[in-house]
Amino acid sequence: MMLRLVARRLVLAVPLLFVVSTSTFLLVALIPGNIARTIVGAQATEQQYLSLRNSLGLELPLYTRYWHWLERALHGNLGVSLFSQQSVTSMLDSRLAPTLSLVIGATAVSALVGVALGLVGALRPGAIDWLVDVTALVGLAVPSFFLGLVLVSWTAVSLRVLPAIGYVPMGTSLSGWLKSLVLPVLTLSAGGIAVVAKQTRDAMRDVLERPFIRTLRASGLSSRSIVLKHALRCAAIPIVTVIGLVFIGVLSGAVVVESVFAFPGLGSLAVQATSESDLPLIQGIVIYFTIFVIAVNLCVDIVYGLLDPRVRAA
Amino acid sequence: MVTEAPLLEVRALKVVYGSGRKKRVAIDDVSVTVVAGQTLGLVGESGSGKSTLANAILGLVPVERGEIRLAGQDISHASFEQRRPFYRQLQAVFQDPYSSLNPVRTVGQTLAEPLWALGERNRGVIGDRVRAMLASVGLPPEAEHQYPRQFSGGQRQRVAIARALMPSPRLVICDEATSALDMSIQAGVLNLLQDLQASRRLSFLFISHDLEVVRHLCDWVVVLYGGQVMEQGPTATVFDAPAHPYTRALQLASPVADPRLQRDRRRQAENSTRAGGPRVHVGKSCPFAPRCPYAQTRCWDERPLLRTSDGPGQVACHRFPEWRSEPEEGPVPVHSRVSTATASAAYQPQAFLDARSMA
Amino acid sequence: MTSIINPLAERQPVPLARPSFSRHLLRRPVALCAVAFLGVLVVVSVAAPLLAPYNPQSQDLTRVLTGPTGHNLLGTDTLGRDVLSRLIYGGRRSLLSIAEGLGVVLLLGVPLGLVAGYVGGWTDRLLSRLGELVMAIPAIILILVVLAVVPHNEDIAMLAFGLLGAPTIMRVVRGATLAVREEQYIKAARVSGLTHLRIVTRHVLPRVQGPVIVQASLFAAYALLFETGIAYLGLTGNAASATWGGMVAEASTVIEQQSWLLYPPGAIIALTILALGLLGSAVRDAAVMDEGGAALRTVPHTPRARTPATMGRCPDGDAPALLSVVDLEVTLSRHGGATPVVDGVSFAVRAGETVGLVGESGCGKSVTALAVLRLLPRGMQVSGGRVLWEGTDLLGLRGRDFDRLRGTAFGYVSQEPLASLDPTFTIGSQLAEVLRHHDDASRRAAKVRALELLRLVELPEPKHVASSRSYELSGGMAQRVAIALALAGRPRLLVADEPTTALDVTVQAEILALLRRLQAETGMSVLLITHNWGVVADICDRALVMYAGQVVESSPVELMFDEPLHPYTSGLMNSHPAQARGRPRLATIGGNPPSLGDWPQGCRFAPRCPYSAAKCRAGDIPPDSSRTGRMSRCVRVDEISLGGHGDRSALA
Repeated sequence: MMLRLVARRLVLAVPLLFVVSTSTFLLVALIPGNIARTIVGAQATEQQYLSLRNSLGLELPLYTRYWHWLERALHGNLGVSLFSQQSVTSMLDSRLAPTLSLVIGATAVSALVGVALGLVGALRPGAIDWLVDVTALVGLAVPSFFLGLVLVSWTAVSLRVLPAIGYVPMGTSLSGWLKSLVLPVLTLSAGGIAVVAKQTRDAMRDVLERPFIRTLRASGLSSRSIVLKHALRCAAIPIVTVIGLVFIGVLSGAVVVESVFAFPGLGSLAVQATSESDLPLIQGIVIYFTIFVIAVNLCVDIVYGLLDPRVRAA
Repeated sequence: MVTEAPLLEVRALKVVYGSGRKKRVAIDDVSVTVVAGQTLGLVGESGSGKSTLANAILGLVPVERGEIRLAGQDISHASFEQRRPFYRQLQAVFQDPYSSLNPVRTVGQTLAEPLWALGERNRGVIGDRVRAMLASVGLPPEAEHQYPRQFSGGQRQRVAIARALMPSPRLVICDEATSALDMSIQAGVLNLLQDLQASRRLSFLFISHDLEVVRHLCDWVVVLYGGQVMEQGPTATVFDAPAHPYTRALQLASPVADPRLQRDRRRQAENSTRAGGPRVHVGKSCPFAPRCPYAQTRCWDERPLLRTSDGPGQVACHRFPEWRSEPEEGPVPVHSRVSTATASAAYQPQAFLDARSMA
Repeated sequence: MTSIINPLAERQPVPLARPSFSRHLLRRPVALCAVAFLGVLVVVSVAAPLLAPYNPQSQDLTRVLTGPTGHNLLGTDTLGRDVLSRLIYGGRRSLLSIAEGLGVVLLLGVPLGLVAGYVGGWTDRLLSRLGELVMAIPAIILILVVLAVVPHNEDIAMLAFGLLGAPTIMRVVRGATLAVREEQYIKAARVSGLTHLRIVTRHVLPRVQGPVIVQASLFAAYALLFETGIAYLGLTGNAASATWGGMVAEASTVIEQQSWLLYPPGAIIALTILALGLLGSAVRDAAVMDEGGAALRTVPHTPRARTPATMGRCPDGDAPALLSVVDLEVTLSRHGGATPVVDGVSFAVRAGETVGLVGESGCGKSVTALAVLRLLPRGMQVSGGRVLWEGTDLLGLRGRDFDRLRGTAFGYVSQEPLASLDPTFTIGSQLAEVLRHHDDASRRAAKVRALELLRLVELPEPKHVASSRSYELSGGMAQRVAIALALAGRPRLLVADEPTTALDVTVQAEILALLRRLQAETGMSVLLITHNWGVVADICDRALVMYAGQVVESSPVELMFDEPLHPYTSGLMNSHPAQARGRPRLATIGGNPPSLGDWPQGCRFAPRCPYSAAKCRAGDIPPDSSRTGRMSRCVRVDEISLGGHGDRSALA
């Protein structure tokens, strides 16, 4: 039954990728504005402009262009970057590790700290509860680029404890890798912790008010087992949902945060590609991001299936 | 009995829910007639189809087969536009006093709405009629500017009744209109319904699961089970001398507020149904067969049709009137005393009376 | 029209001052600050040319990177431009962008959400799928694509952002619409003849506006976050223009020399987002208050002076009691005050007997039972009295000691059978878990005992039930399971809170028969809370009638029915439709029960009582236990003759 769920999700993923890629292609093709002119700039000669148009295949009709692109994409060839002339796939793959370390790290920190904070807030209303509210507000209000820069200013510049910028691959030095991740992950997690803590607290509070909890208490079971075994399991579904959303949020946030810390990841590459109007590169990044989102949604669905038998049966 | 043309005629109605594998027949070949000035009671438990019938008559669910005629006109498949003139004559009061009034509109606005919907725009006229109606249902004139949350459950139901009466209907469907109210409040609302009926010449289709209320208020009762009519007739006859085993079971199951009498009835009640299997509508059988202590082969193979019982009443039972003379004990229930005795052996009285210390 | 009803006319409802929604909102200081802040921001942005001290573009290379000075209140940037002025103009750009995004989101999201929620069916499915699709992709990436094609065009970027944000609003509106559509007043509106369009505009839209405002302020916050983010990345704006994000970017280049520059733009962005977020949650809270129940009148709670007669004595006879409740008092804390809910309740339950707590809604019967079990909901607490179990004061026990009694001394069955079982576990595993807790049995032994318990409550196919979950069972079956769960620890007292109210009549009869049988076989006592006199007559040995937080009468059941000792009891009994056999009208009790805590002086029933006299309102009415085994709180009980279920003389 779980396999059926997974299979169904994967089957639905294909149209999603298809739709997303088609949409980006169409978006690019249909947005008003002359792409070739934009790329080539105002100072270019007519010849440069025409040769660019040619190489982009802009004279061909839309569907032909699309068909070529699709054909290549299905073979794993996402084209060539306009500026670096490297294959898009190889450029993106080389940047996967930093982004994944960052994003997975930030999601994990958000989940662990957020759930812990939310649980404490739900079980001990009072001071901690208030702390959850404050964290939620501040964590979401402070923009990530500002927070990152402030952290850099305090720790790296003033105290010189952590590297202000850059990324050290795991292979090179484990401690270096960790150190280079600390500030970016902290920056990215702020919002995530806020959201997860609030959702955990609200979901737990809601479940603890339900009639079946009262029945279990009346049966004499210990508070610990009621909270951890029964209540948490029921509250887990909205919590897992929000963790999935946090992942996607962190993915978006990475675009900005990577630039703050000069992290050589997909996010900063995306910014660079945008400012250079490097379309094949941008499209490639969209595809990669969509695959991440699909993977996360799949994991979330699998966890749903494990937690709630009704989902499995459906 | 009154000899006017029937106000509401439902003939051989069939309503289904869902489709394909999940298809469920909610009402199966039900016919009901309400005459002017009559109060018709519709009783049944959950799954009997009584609320579905109300919804079908009001046009809120589609009808698969059969006819609904209001004042002679067929409205079974009428579109919303075609129905609108009929909403003058046919109104409804629903069960939940807390969800039947929009909390962000005043009582006055809620009462004005039916008039507004029918095209009345003159504020003065609307205001006068609202105030007059508030007085008729026993609410003070200030209520016009107040919000539902300032009223109790019983008062809200009065507002709901007032709303139903604004277009001056001839027939009001009360779908468990007093079931959510406390008994002493319910009494007041029932009195109100009777007063209004007398002063405005109304007819009621009163749906309820509470036999005593139906007995008090209604002159004719229809008993539903599994989407079919089991029995119908004058209220006193049906309840005093039920023609259908289900009616008898239903009656015996409602405890009476008299300890000695209740003790005597208990024994009869326990034998009036078999702890049966799931109440599944099998289609070609009597829906009550799985739980009927008098069921025989024919009851499982053939659906009984309505035929005359005592007097003007009707009953749908193959075994009428023989079942009445069968011994009260009836066939032994599926779960005999023997099996439960072994189970409770594990819980000897001794264990309970052990002085369990609490230290 | 002659009425037999009580001469006291229908009481006027207490008109509560109803502050409007916006006043609710502005009462909260937080919301007030947020609204004020945003207001100031808007005003300043609009009046920027008038208010900004300097031109945002004018450079002054003599004053570069100064901190706050008298000349430049917030300092200057790398080109000597005044930070404050740039902030003001930057605000203009940001607010415009927020407006663009918000406009698209609302124009698109609200109508689509209404349609999806109201129409339902395949329209809903289609729109929901589309929405899911759009929400699946992180917005920022798609906007980067847009910016790649039309560089530096912030307006198009914000419009696109609005487009991508519309599904979220659509989903919220759809959810709110679905909830409203189920309400019975929508049904009533249909039956009144309103068209769908009118229903949507008059009924659905007003209810939906609350969530929409909340989501809109959240979206505005995200829009600002997004707009400043892309400005920071340099993808919008240009070197000269002033944007908040751009100012942060500029500050990051000189972070080592002058860290101050970072803070003004960062702070203003954070504060604005904070204000928007606070506005959203304040609106949500205000909306809840607006629609919720009437504000409770809170009475400062003064402990009532007790006459010795009311203290300490168990009023129901002298036989040893299993459970003895003495002068129980429960209060509800709200809005800083304490409202009494139950007051001076005393009764006892002896071994093997069934005691009924009878009353109408709001009398405090459920609260009394929950107080005994120490299961009161948050906000309610026991504020006085004692609860004795075989002599030991339960209220004084520590939590862990009391937990040991739960399930083993007393069990609990609630009103909603399906909701009282955990839907994520099978029935068998829930039973086994409780059994293991009480008996410390092995897993296998617990499983076997679980099946025995299920058979004990007369469930057909116990094995099948044990592997099912709560939502697969019918109401009657679930209640049997709940009873089995309550019996798992072999309790001596079963507290059943309206156990059959939610069930069909025939199922109710079966459950009552089951309870009777279990009681006979195990000798346990039952404390049954109900509002149904038939149930009382069927199963109870003794009954207590509660009104307005007090016990007004306590009696063996047969005596109570024959000869009630309180006008409320007799009024209740007589208002039952069965009592009106042959008579055209039902007897009623005039007026309404008092609202929580708003109890009159003296006898609480006096305002509605046909027999009330001056002495009834004089002072607290003590319980009168002069008749053996019976108690009454009516000072006139010897002077009036009250009709029971057979007697109609009470009807004036």
